[in-house]
Amino acid sequence: MNKTVNQKAWFFVLPVLVLVAFNAIVPLMTVVNYSVQETFGDNIFFWAGIAWFEEVLTSSRFHASLGRQLTFTFTILAIEVPLGVIIALAMPRKGPWVSVCLVLMAMPLLIPWNVVGAMWNIFGLPEIGLLGKTLNVMGFDYNYTRQPGDAWFTLILMDVWHWTSLVVLLAYAGLVSIPDAYYQAAKIDGASSWSIFRYIQLPKMKRVLTIAILLRFMDSFNIYTEPSVLTGGGPGNSTTLLSIDLVKIALGQFDLGPAAAMSLVYFLVILLMSWIFYTVMTRNEDQ
Amino acid sequence: MAKINLSGLAHSYMPNPSSDADWALKELNLEWDDGGAYALLGPSGCGKTTLLNIISGLLTPSHGAVLFDDVEVTALPPEQRHIAQVFQFPVVYDTMTVYDNLAFPLRNRGVAEDIVRKRVEEVAEMTDLSATLSKRASGLTADGKQKISLGRGLVREDVNAILFDEPLTVIDPHLKFQLRSKLKELHHRVSNTMIYVTHDQTEALTFADKVVVMNVGEVVQIGTPEELFEVPQHTFVGHFIGSPGMNVLPCTVENGEAIFAGRRIEAVNAAGVSPGQAELGVRPEYVTFAPDGLDARVTRVSDAGRFSVADIECGASRLKMLVREGTEIPAENARIAFDPSSTRLYRDGWLCGRNAAS
Repeated sequence: MNKTVNQKAWFFVLPVLVLVAFNAIVPLMTVVNYSVQETFGDNIFFWAGIAWFEEVLTSSRFHASLGRQLTFTFTILAIEVPLGVIIALAMPRKGPWVSVCLVLMAMPLLIPWNVVGAMWNIFGLPEIGLLGKTLNVMGFDYNYTRQPGDAWFTLILMDVWHWTSLVVLLAYAGLVSIPDAYYQAAKIDGASSWSIFRYIQLPKMKRVLTIAILLRFMDSFNIYTEPSVLTGGGPGNSTTLLSIDLVKIALGQFDLGPAAAMSLVYFLVILLMSWIFYTVMTRNEDQ
Repeated sequence: MAKINLSGLAHSYMPNPSSDADWALKELNLEWDDGGAYALLGPSGCGKTTLLNIISGLLTPSHGAVLFDDVEVTALPPEQRHIAQVFQFPVVYDTMTVYDNLAFPLRNRGVAEDIVRKRVEEVAEMTDLSATLSKRASGLTADGKQKISLGRGLVREDVNAILFDEPLTVIDPHLKFQLRSKLKELHHRVSNTMIYVTHDQTEALTFADKVVVMNVGEVVQIGTPEELFEVPQHTFVGHFIGSPGMNVLPCTVENGEAIFAGRRIEAVNAAGVSPGQAELGVRPEYVTFAPDGLDARVTRVSDAGRFSVADIECGASRLKMLVREGTEIPAENARIAFDPSSTRLYRDGWLCGRNAAS
């Protein structure tokens, strides 16, 4: 086969290349640049090699933030994914209630993140918040601004409230795409409701659930706005997740080098874990 | 295995059906013998799938009863009726192997694993699935998956009937014939009652011993393929079965004789038909050129292999006839005749005097 060589086509890609360069490559490279240099201000930089990376990787502060981040992410995944699937299973498949349920489910997703944080901040206040006050009246000693356990409880409850809907909507989309014949065949084969879930619904939801888990993993690993507004990382450092810690170092202390190195490590951790997730979940597909 | 009776069965998908059109299935009575191969034939939307789902128990009829071996099962759910059903689109459990798919109905019923193994291997051998038993079901082609669906029905020993809902829809044409022969062969081998729903006359006529023809929620005729072809009880049957379908020609009846294009035409059931408008039904196979026949004009001839199909104008009517290879087709002044033993009178679509005849 004869291929026509036409180098002019490259010019058509140029606009995209420029766009991508300015919104991704240039900022990323700036960060890489910072991560290997030391500065005392006035735009004067010194070469620092991998010193910042060594510092970040051996810092107990980073380890603690990473630990809190992993705890947070896996806790919300462990709650949101099963809960989302259960709600999706319970939702009606046809009739007027479908739209009602879908709108209700979509509602939390439409609220701006900082508003979600502010809402829960007030909701949980022990003296005036509906949640805080109710818990205290019921005899629980609840105060998320002072007790780390309560702060975690509120943080996780907020995330579950905000994001379970996403899992529900995706799982629901997977469920409604199953043809009736599958349920009819299963009935005739005498399958129990557990078998129907295990062998029909779950396999058919697998693709959308993979997407749901990946999205929730990445988003929760990057989460900043909501915990920042809710607890600001406190009390103490107890809810300082990776992103909050990063902002403290970069903007609070203006340590550009360590912050840049930490950003890159942070980015690589997300990339690596997303890849592992994806590989594990799609492993059996081709057999 | 069982004899299936449907008595006074009717179904509407609406809660309060008022007009005739609200009924997906109009009242019908049917009796199917144990071990027979039946086909439900009709155009899309005629109610055949509704009827099938009522038999399998996926749908509860608005009226009437379903009886298996004279025991009423109308209220029983599908899993207690001991039936198997193969659907239009293959249903397999994707994550399981072919073996596990076939074993699924037995395992759900708590059958011991050694019996499961024996049955599955037997059925796999019958359905040519032995070589793929350890493969994942999702990797099979459409016909392989349909065989699994069928196999899941065959594997149970307590099955009263196997129902097929247009099972060959998604199968490649060259495999359709193969799979159909396989079904026929399996029917002889397991002698289960089999009910096959289709809108394809070839499938129905080759598979079934008896065909039930349906149209707009109504059974129009039940009979062997020969009966449907030779003595259609309704012009719909005449038209739906056969290619090309039966000619239906408007005529008048006077003194128990049919008058068409100004001439008396002999028809099998003309005697006793009250005077008035009627229709003459004659298949293209039974129209011939005859020197003393009706004046006609050939407008078009299309080649259909060993036969040609000629379009004829006769009086104010148009009809089709089959012309055997080698027969000369007159360009002008053609004269045609109808075989008197295969010409029948119909009124309002139904064969005249059919109650007396049947």
